[in-house]
This record gives sequence, structure tokens and C-alpha cells, in this order.
Amino acid sequence: MRFLPLFPELVRQLFREPATNRFPAKYLPPTVTGFLHDVAAGRARLTPPVPTPPEFRGKIAYARDSCIGCGLCTKICPSHAIELLPTKKIRIWIDQCIFCSQCTSICPKSSLTMSPEFLLADEDRYSEDLIVE
Amino acid sequence: MSDESKKAPYIVPIGPNHPALKEPVMFTFEMEGEVVREVDFAPGQAHRGIEWMGMRRNPVQIVHLTDRICGICGVSHTLAFARAVEQVAGIEVPERADYIRTIIAEFERIQSHLLWAGVAAHELGFDSLLHLTWKVREQSMDVIENLTGNRVNYGIVQVGGVRRDIVLEQHPIIDDCLGTYEGLLGKLLSLFLDDKTITMRCRDCGVLSKKEALELCTVGPTARASGVNVDLRQDYPYAAYGDLDVRAILPEQHMGETHGDVYDRIVVRLLEVGQSCQIIRQCLSEMPAGPVTAEEKLAKLLAICKKAQGEAIGRVEAPRGECFHYVRMDGKDAPHTWKVKASSYSNLMSWIPMLRGEQIADIPIIIASIDPCLSCTDRIAVISHGHRSVLAKEDLHRLSVEKTRRLQR
Ligand code: SF4
Ligand code: SF4
Repeated sequence: MRFLPLFPELVRQLFREPATNRFPAKYLPPTVTGFLHDVAAGRARLTPPVPTPPEFRGKIAYARDSCIGCGLCTKICPSHAIELLPTKKIRIWIDQCIFCSQCTSICPKSSLTMSPEFLLADEDRYSEDLIVE
Repeated sequence: MSDESKKAPYIVPIGPNHPALKEPVMFTFEMEGEVVREVDFAPGQAHRGIEWMGMRRNPVQIVHLTDRICGICGVSHTLAFARAVEQVAGIEVPERADYIRTIIAEFERIQSHLLWAGVAAHELGFDSLLHLTWKVREQSMDVIENLTGNRVNYGIVQVGGVRRDIVLEQHPIIDDCLGTYEGLLGKLLSLFLDDKTITMRCRDCGVLSKKEALELCTVGPTARASGVNVDLRQDYPYAAYGDLDVRAILPEQHMGETHGDVYDRIVVRLLEVGQSCQIIRQCLSEMPAGPVTAEEKLAKLLAICKKAQGEAIGRVEAPRGECFHYVRMDGKDAPHTWKVKASSYSNLMSWIPMLRGEQIADIPIIIASIDPCLSCTDRIAVISHGHRSVLAKEDLHRLSVEKTRRLQR
């Protein structure tokens, strides 16, 4: 039994790189939206997020043209995030989607795919970014 | 003794929401000075209505709901549910799928136990150890993300098998991760078990005797730390565990004796991390080739599930103990009944003998030592009764009056 077996490990940690990725910036900006405007204007630099692994399940992508409106995806979606429109096309409410990728596996026409996009935070759940159709 | 009034018992309520509690539960401690004389608790403070939602969905959808019963042991719940439905519908799971299920379940155990070790360190006041364990835990999360597509809520198990295969290119990533943990285990064991302060805080603290553990039907690491030789993977093998060599980890194997205290619970959980690494290695080397699902076409799978009639239970050894799903299907899209008993439900009662006679400062670590997961345990009570499925208080009262009338006749 020893006192503080942790101590040497802690000293070692002092000289290591931090394990976390400093996203979106090294220090938290006063306002994130303001910071993003600065990034868009080229005044600040965004620390890139950790890359997503292959076959990551992100925001859904919908190939409208190939969809035949069979409605299978609406039947299988666990969170009822897909709506079958009278035009025989679908609308996906991303704010409700749980990214299970079940609709992409059932679609007979492969019209649905999962994109690697994951930065989906929004102030409005009905914003354009969160509705795919 | 000299002044009785100073020792008069007083009540300390903690909860239902309290900064020291990670999840809602209501404790009432009857204290005598610094010592807990009696304790009572009221779980059921988090209502989620998951079973209610499930009984309005088909099995393929429910699988993703079960993933969300618990953020940590998602695969255990999906696996238990899928196994119950497979038994009802008579679906034979391909062997390779069983092995993949086992691998993911063991990775889940690794990350869950490391998460718990961090929480335990935090409760003891070792926040640097918390950050160290959680830092090494990240690697298992990364592997899980690589294998399943997500860090939590994996969505990998589906009725009939798994949704993704483990390909040869992924083996090095898994190997690398296992190597890291096997190398780290000795260090973790020494950081936790050789530390004088941790030993003083945890040895003979929150003791649960073997007899009490058996009487209260505790499960999982909590029971094993008290010397009860239970492990579903050894007693009722499911998935690929029948082919593997899994023996319950008991503290006496490592320490030579069993105290049934918080320290032993740390021992069991840390050793299980090593055991999980071995199981995954064995799975990887023995994994047979073949399909990973019994029915690839989801529409067909739905049709099979719709035809199914009968009832079954699915049991899985989750990181916290036995996880139990009961499913009854009667030829409709949605199951007639679905009942979940999470492992913490069986373990909560062991708090009472553990906490009795302990000091107030030991309460957090003792509460954390069974690795409680209250969100899994608490769900809305649903009674399926003809067309009405949720009974309000008035309805219950009416039923009760009716029953009295019936008996009076
Ligand atoms: S990914 Fe899952 S939740 Fe999202 S739309 Fe598809 S089926 Fe529904
Ligand atoms: S399953 Fe595919 S083809 Fe059918 S409605 Fe959905 S997106 Fe369209």
C-alpha cells in the first residue's frame, strides 16, 4: 500500500497534449454565433472537429427523384420523423430523427442515405436545416 | 451517553433531486450523530413512458427504443429484447451475429466499468483519477463508434441478428484497443487498490454480506463482490457465451478473501475489464464466417414478427447485472405487453443493509458502489386493459370498488 500512487502519473500528464479536441476554438468565445460570423468573415479560425468514422450516421440525405413514395420508411421509423406527403414524396423532420438508419436500410430504391454531417444544433426546430424534403 | 439529547435521531432527506445525486431518487436517512441508523428510499421519480411508447410500435422500431432505456448499457437492453422477440417468432440467429453481439456487449462492459470507476473516484474526491479513467475510456468509445456508427445508442442489434458486420480491416483497431487496456489494467488496479486513502475509505465500508446479497436477490458485480457466484454468461449462456470460457469474477480470486464492501466492488469491476478483453480476443479468433442476420429484408422481418404469437423472456448480463425483458405478442404489429426489468431494480434494495451504520460522508460512495442506473429502473406503470391502456387514479378506484362488490356477492 502506498500513499499517492497517482502522483507520478499526474506529473507525467503535465507534459502531455490534452486529450480533448478544442472545438470550436482554443478558448470558449464570448458568443459562439458571433465567433461563427467571425469565422465566416475570415477573422477567426475554427478548430476542426474530430473526423467522423466511416459509416457514421449523421443527418439524412434524401434523393427525391428516385423515391417512389412506397411509404415503407414511414412505417419503420421509430420516432415517426418521416411524413408521407400527398405528392408521393416524403418529408423528414430531422429534429425528431434519432439517427438509427433504419429507413435507409428498408428503402427499396436507396433514396435515403446517412451523411456524415452532425453539427445540427439550431435555435428553431422547424428551421430549413432541419427539414429534408 | 452522558447527554441523550445530543444523540437524538434526526432525519436527513436527500432528493428527489439533489446536486449530489446523478439521477432522481428520494432518500430519507435517520441519523444519530454522524451515523446512519435507518434508511429508506423511494425510487420511481423519473417517469419516461418507454413501455407505453413501445406497445404502440413494431419490434423493429422498439429495438431502437430499448437502446435508449439506458445510455450506458444500450446493447444489453436491445439484446434482451431482441432475444425475447426471436424466441416468440422462432427466428434462428446466425452464429456470426451471436459473436458480433458478444463483442459489442463486452466493449460496452469495458466502457461502463471504466465510467463507473471514474464516478467512484470522483465520489471519493479523486477528480484527477476520474479524468484519467475517463480519458482511457475514450478509446473503447471510439472502437464502438467505429464498429456500430455511434458512440452511444449504437443501433447495432436488430431482431434476427446484427445490422453491421465486423470486417477484417476493423480487427487491428480492436486489437489495438484491447492491447491498451490489457497494458493499463495493472496500472489501474494499482492506482485504485494500492492507494492508501482509497483503501481506508472503501475497505469494510458499505458491507453487504453474502447472505443479504442472496436474500435481496442482488445481481451482477454487486452480488459477485459479496461472494455470490452468479453471472448469466456462465449460468444461462446466451449469444456466443456458450462457446466461450466465462467464469464469474469473485473478489477472493484476486484478494484471497471476500469482504463484500465497496473495495471488493472496485476489484470485481476492474477485473471484469480484463475478462472482457479476453472474451473479445477469443470471439475474434473463433468467429465463424456467414451471414449476420437471419432476415435481411426488413419488410419480411416485420411480417414474421407480425405473425408471431406467444410470450418469452430475454435475459442478458448487463454491466450492472441481469437485464430482463418480457414480451408477449398476439399477432399484431405491436407487442401486447412489454415489460423491462433493469439490473439496478434488483440491486437498489441492497442499499439499505449497506448504508445502515455507516457515516454520512460515506453515503455518496456507497450509493455509487452498486452503479445504480435509475433512469433504466423507473418507467411508467402501464396496465393493458381492453382498449384503455393507462389507468388513472379514478379508474383504479373504480376497479377496486368493483372488486369489493364482486367479493361481497
Ligand atoms: S434515421 Fe431512424 S429516426 Fe431518422 S428518419 Fe430514419 S428511421 Fe426515422
Ligand atoms: S422507402 Fe424509399 S422509396 Fe419508399 S417512400 Fe421512403 S424514401 Fe421513398
